[in-house]
Amino acid sequence: MRRALDLLLYVWAILTRPAAYLSLGFLTVGGFLAGIAFWGAFNTALELTNTETFCTGCHEMHDNVFQELKATIHYSNRSGVRASCPDCHVPHEWTDKIARKMQASKEVWGKIFGTISTPDKFAAMRRKLAEHEWHRLKSNDSLECRNCHSFVSMDFTRQSARAAEMHGSLLASGEKTCIDCHKGIAHKLPDMRGVPGWDVSWEIR
Amino acid sequence: MKPPRQTLLLAAMLLLAALPALAVELTGLRGPTPLTEEPTPPPLPREVNDDRRQARAWPEQPPVIPHTITGYQITLNANKCLSCHGRQFTAQSQAPMISITHFQNRDGQVLASVSPRRYFCTQCHLAQTVIEPMVENDFEDIDTILDRQRAAGPK
Repeated sequence: MRRALDLLLYVWAILTRPAAYLSLGFLTVGGFLAGIAFWGAFNTALELTNTETFCTGCHEMHDNVFQELKATIHYSNRSGVRASCPDCHVPHEWTDKIARKMQASKEVWGKIFGTISTPDKFAAMRRKLAEHEWHRLKSNDSLECRNCHSFVSMDFTRQSARAAEMHGSLLASGEKTCIDCHKGIAHKLPDMRGVPGWDVSWEIR
Repeated sequence: MKPPRQTLLLAAMLLLAALPALAVELTGLRGPTPLTEEPTPPPLPREVNDDRRQARAWPEQPPVIPHTITGYQITLNANKCLSCHGRQFTAQSQAPMISITHFQNRDGQVLASVSPRRYFCTQCHLAQTVIEPMVENDFEDIDTILDRQRAAGPK
């Protein structure tokens, strides 16, 4: 304890004493360069965790949600434009991205303790996990959808009559946002009992 | 003169042997490609998406779907069709409600919501594509038949 305190005092003394041998120029320029290196490395590592390869590195993502995505229009379509996992699931703005990445530390916890490590466990958690995503997209007015799907650029005359009617009224007025109607467009839906717009009390159960 | 039994037998055998040559060449829907090979599928036809109801060919015909249903999930967990065609959503969606026959079980017992046996919509209702029929269809609806009989005059 005593030794640790001594060490701490020693380090503190070094930090508070003016540099005796290093020039101010070296310290400022060196600090600046070191800062660039750190920032670059940090963002590179961050971007590395923002790729589909990283996301599907775990069997939980690769065997379930990624396989579901493959059959949908966001993976395979006429013109070959596609969305990868982070396009929809990670905000693109830096501040929001960092906030989401901090939340995602819970997912590391889940991976370590195998929260959704089997299909049964995943099925049991699916509604909860889906609700997290619905809530996020509802709160930010479907920002991740709108990063590609701009309302201003939507040509209603090229939409089906039904789509134009819905987009022209409910979406244009801001009464509803994308995720309110477009649930389950990229993945299988969970048990939808009690979800607004899906409230059908089926005798099937 | 009655032909001898051997002659008849010989004639029958010859006929049997000649049958393959007499057979009309039949082609299945998959074309002339042998079963052991994969035929190249035709390009996907355009889907009908004009939202205009089509008349039913006979009263009990399940109405066809005049819009695309690509990506619609109909599973134990969710039914996308009912999000518009379910009773409680028709006011907002202005879609036709699923028939009241869908609220009855096999014993005619009326249920509060869609019966399990009517739940999987695409078992009967199909989206349409713009395509030439693969086989000729000379179906006539009942009115056409009755009109023709009436035109022929009373019996």
